[in-house]
Amino acid sequence: MSIQQTATAPAIAQTQTNQKIMTSTSDTYKTVGRNIIPNPKFSTRNVNVFYGDKQAIFDTSLDIGNNEVVALIGPSGCGKSTFLRSLNRMNDTIPICRVTGEFTLDGEDIYAKTMDPVLLRARVGMVFQKANPFPKSIYDNVAYGPRIHGLASNNAELDEIVITSLEKAGLFKEVKDRLNAPGTGLSGGQQQRLCIARTIAVSPEVILMDEPASALDPIATAIIEELIDELRENFTIVIVTHSMQQAARVSQRTAYFHLGKLIEVGKTSQIFTNPRCELTENYITGKFG
Amino acid sequence: MSNIKLVEKNLKKRYARERRFQLYGKMAVLTGFIFLALLLIDIISKAMPAFQATEILLDIPLDHATLELEPAQKLDQDTLSALNYAGLIKTALRQAFPEVTNRSDKKLLYKLVSDGAEFTLRDHIISNPELIGKDSISLWIKADDDIDTLFKLETLTSRVKPEQVAFVEQLKQENRIATHFNTTFFSNSDSREPEQAGIKGALLGSFWTLLVTLLLSLPIGIGAAVYLEEFAPQNKLTDFVEININNLAAVPSIVFGLLGLAVFINFFGMPRSAPLVGGLVLSLMTLPTIIISSRAAIKAVPPSIKEAALGLGASHVQTVFHHVIPLAMPGILTGAIIGMAQALGETAPLLMIGMVAFIVDVPGGILDSATVLPVQIYLWADSPERAFTALTAATILVLLVFLATMNTLAILLRKHFEKRW
Ligand SMILES: Nc1ncnc2c1ncn2[C@@H]1O[C@H](COP(=O)(O)OP(=O)(O)OP(=O)(O)O)[C@@H](O)[C@H]1O
Ligand SMILES: [Mg+2]
Repeated sequence: MSIQQTATAPAIAQTQTNQKIMTSTSDTYKTVGRNIIPNPKFSTRNVNVFYGDKQAIFDTSLDIGNNEVVALIGPSGCGKSTFLRSLNRMNDTIPICRVTGEFTLDGEDIYAKTMDPVLLRARVGMVFQKANPFPKSIYDNVAYGPRIHGLASNNAELDEIVITSLEKAGLFKEVKDRLNAPGTGLSGGQQQRLCIARTIAVSPEVILMDEPASALDPIATAIIEELIDELRENFTIVIVTHSMQQAARVSQRTAYFHLGKLIEVGKTSQIFTNPRCELTENYITGKFG
Repeated sequence: MSNIKLVEKNLKKRYARERRFQLYGKMAVLTGFIFLALLLIDIISKAMPAFQATEILLDIPLDHATLELEPAQKLDQDTLSALNYAGLIKTALRQAFPEVTNRSDKKLLYKLVSDGAEFTLRDHIISNPELIGKDSISLWIKADDDIDTLFKLETLTSRVKPEQVAFVEQLKQENRIATHFNTTFFSNSDSREPEQAGIKGALLGSFWTLLVTLLLSLPIGIGAAVYLEEFAPQNKLTDFVEININNLAAVPSIVFGLLGLAVFINFFGMPRSAPLVGGLVLSLMTLPTIIISSRAAIKAVPPSIKEAALGLGASHVQTVFHHVIPLAMPGILTGAIIGMAQALGETAPLLMIGMVAFIVDVPGGILDSATVLPVQIYLWADSPERAFTALTAATILVLLVFLATMNTLAILLRKHFEKRW
């Protein structure tokens, strides 16, 4: 077994003599590592997601702890977004999408008949893979969530929420003179930060981020990563990322998906230095197949 | 040959193809414009005479003797209305042509002016009663339509006698005949006499009918489109509804007229010829257009915007009302206005529900008998009097002006809503 040597992978090089676990290619498999933890904030069991006849997620169980950042990594099309979207029932909006399994947030079944998806999404916010600001002003973009949920009792309070949210997302300085300009007139990276500000303005308990930094330059990325670190004190965060460095910097635990299966879960440091599965190792070292 | 040479060689061909394609496009646009221009030139040239009316200057005697009134007599409304205005005009004509003495010539002389002339005179006197007692006043009196045609177009219609041609010649020499702007065309309703006929009735009929159509079809159309696109479950029933809406859009409009006759008039007993029924029938006809275009506009709203709103915890209804409908509005309005323009030009279904009747009164509401502009065109195009040809063309012109205004409005509205972001 040969692995390309990189400057950042001396630890990986040490482990290459260890025996790696080969994941079975059949539909039944076992996730390697600690996917189940005590007292989780979010807990999922035996999740299967289908788009019509096509299965996108296979029998996945994953817990997410309080004040924890969990990174979901894996090759394109492996189902990271699909899994993420099932956590706030965004998949309900896709008619052909069918989700099975158990999902609990603070012990509450989120797919229960009594659970209102509107309330759930106020508690579990989401930043989408593609920046999608409303065709409204920057101010109205951020104020929309607080407005519909009635979070501000007067305009001054609303201004306060909008400004702090924009500040946290590292956008305020750039837009403070044009809060009434259209949000769609911002650059791609600014739009993504606007979407982040819009999400945190509702102060959800859990934030789902689907590649929030994929369109950002290193400075904006650093701001976002700082923000994630800060948010972790009060929130729980699940982040999908294609950047291994980013996952290493911001997350405590990392989950590796492959073709709809949750292959391996573990402490971020362990996953990146000493993965136990061959598939994980191939992915993080940049070797496929 | 190197690759870049090959590219260069093909480039010429590619540009030639592009130029050819642009040429085809320009030719197509040009052809369209030529046909439009021909149509407009034809209509405008035919319509112009209708905006001018020939009038004859008459000296009308208003002294007490001629009017058979006592000088001290009080002039109330009834006395004024009861005066013999037709006689006054005849006297004025006789005085203008003192050499005419024989009976048949006098008859021809009286036919120089419009049958409605006495009413013009009456209205003038009633609003200016102080004129009574004067020896005579000069007043422009509308000429008969055959004289109008003779004077304006210098064409003899079969009903004009040589004696009348001589009268007109004489009037011309005395500068007592001229054309003036035809206000009657805009202030009167339909009439048997072309020179007395106007489009006010049809215009208001169209207004009331379209008002009913708009108030019914816009909310129902948008509501149906929003429901079908956003809330309806995807099943056989909604498929069936969708197919039927598309079918309805293709049903010949006269069928809607028959339906209106059977349901609204015969079954529900609504009044015939009323804008209410016309509006109901036209609503049925425009609804599919509005629903289909609104659905297309709603479908075109990017799903990412909906997801953004839902992801923030907006309910489905909030998402639709805060984001989807505002973004779809330009498309919805364009569809609605095109539907209304169709309704404005529709004739066939209205014939079925009696809006084709000869109606002299201006409709004051949606329950009065009325006709509409396109039906008025149909009625006049069918009339034998030559002067109606010009009236028909003028009405077509008015209709076209309205259609152009509505379409411009559609474009402006779309621009306005799009410009906001
Ligand atoms: N709306 C949909 N309808 C049908 N199939 C879908 C839909 N969305 C995703 N899929 C399929 O589900 C699988 C997982 O897609 P998903 O978007 O979750 O991948 P991903 O891991 O987020 O990839 P990427 O890193 O490229 O974003 C893919 O095979 C995709 O084709
Ligand atoms: Mg994705």
